[in-house]
Amino acid sequence: MDDFLARALLGGVGVALAAGPLGAFIVWRRMAYFGDTLAHSGLLGIVLGTVLNLNLQLGVAITCLVVALVLVLLQRQRRLATDTLLGILAHTTLSLGLVALAFLETVRVDLTAYLFGDILAIGPIDLYWIWGGALLALGALAGLWRPLLAITVHEELAQVEGVPVFPVRLAFMLLVAIVIAVAMKVVGILLITSLLIIPAAAARRFARSPEGMALLASGLGCAAVGLGLWASLRWDTPAGPSVVLAAAFLFVLSSMVPGRSWR
Amino acid sequence: MTELLLTAENIGLTIRGNPILHNVNLRVAAGEIVALIGPNGAGKSTLVRVLLGLLRPDSGRVWSRPGLRIGYMPQRLALDGTLPLSVQRFVTLGTPAARARVQAVLAEVGAAHVLDSPVQAVSGGELQRVMLARALLREPDLLVLDEPIQGVDLNGQYELYDLIGGLRRTHGCGMLMVSHELHLVMATTDHVLCLNRHVCCSGHPDHVARDPAYLDLFGIDGARRLAVYHHHHNHHHDLHGAVMPDLPLPSASGGEGSHRPFVEQDHG
Repeated sequence: MDDFLARALLGGVGVALAAGPLGAFIVWRRMAYFGDTLAHSGLLGIVLGTVLNLNLQLGVAITCLVVALVLVLLQRQRRLATDTLLGILAHTTLSLGLVALAFLETVRVDLTAYLFGDILAIGPIDLYWIWGGALLALGALAGLWRPLLAITVHEELAQVEGVPVFPVRLAFMLLVAIVIAVAMKVVGILLITSLLIIPAAAARRFARSPEGMALLASGLGCAAVGLGLWASLRWDTPAGPSVVLAAAFLFVLSSMVPGRSWR
Repeated sequence: MTELLLTAENIGLTIRGNPILHNVNLRVAAGEIVALIGPNGAGKSTLVRVLLGLLRPDSGRVWSRPGLRIGYMPQRLALDGTLPLSVQRFVTLGTPAARARVQAVLAEVGAAHVLDSPVQAVSGGELQRVMLARALLREPDLLVLDEPIQGVDLNGQYELYDLIGGLRRTHGCGMLMVSHELHLVMATTDHVLCLNRHVCCSGHPDHVARDPAYLDLFGIDGARRLAVYHHHHNHHHDLHGAVMPDLPLPSASGGEGSHRPFVEQDHG
């Protein structure tokens, strides 16, 4: 196997492993649009990273986190519905990123790579970041699992039972920000949410427990990465979108398998 | 004197310009059952959230005995259908416990048969029992039940109240119970607080049932059901359930929609 292909596969699998369990929570908590909004702000993080001469993934993670905090503050005012706020934030930050990028005349930026991913260009350093970020996110999620599950089921009940709701929610947002930062290289900021949500949704029909669904989502995500890369080589299609299509294909397949329904 | 579990003094709360609670006092002693009744929109759930520390009042203070263990049964559970969660997992989310113990608690509330069912698949009445089991698993000093009979058919309601009434004996816990009907809670309750943004009247259920403020609040239906006598009191309620003082009081008009006594409405 070519080096670049091995790195692409390894990077994609790292992202998919972390995206599975986190994506499951995003599905359970109905936060798909939230993930999308954070991802949209990623471009601003690229600019920030370039200007400050930071690692770009670090820049993206920081920006996502700031946007998440702004959202929490805006939500507290309760003036507008959350989805409206998310819509405003998503497109404002994306546009801000595009405009700011135009000011960086000295830097040539391949916009398509950031918007739709450039998995075949993953370098050895990228791999360290991806696996470091993914393992960090998975480890933290394992530690947060129980309280996070409790507030997902019923936030106030969990609070009465002693769960520190706000810190747990904040930590979860941080994890989403990290995964978005590491996934950007693979599928790009416009497609990241799909890698979080589609494998989790596909895993739903076969899962009997939250943990089972999370693990299965990781597995399906890895399968989507492999399948997508293969299809991309076979038909010379763009790699990031091919991975997303592979995930969607697995989702459709999963919904056609006759099986028990929970309801 | 029995030990106090929870007290609230002069609680006041205004949300977006609407006075929701005004000068509310409440206390629950160990082993005591206190019922909080009032029409929809009276601020019952808001008061409960203040008492549980989920909401900060604008004025007044809430005290709870240090180390007080509260078992809380919320009004509703909106669980996403995509979360594969069995009843056993749900019950142990707040308190880790062995399967046998979970089974025993579920059996106590009459829901042992749903142990392995998905939470989303159990009926409304079963879900109330499952939530009660989760609260009991904490071995609480105080049970807080917000409309525990919601979504339960009429026969089930009496059954559930019998069950809840018996818990004081079997678990020795105090209880704060929210309801919008007095006649259902009367048999087991020590103390009734009739709330309509302020405490209209309070006392033993028999006493409250004859209180003109209660009769006024719950209208003709309630009056017909219970012994009646009238005398003058310091306020009445308009069609919106707002307090219309005979003496000048801080304005308490709010846009909460009309309250029809004994008609179930969606209220969060």
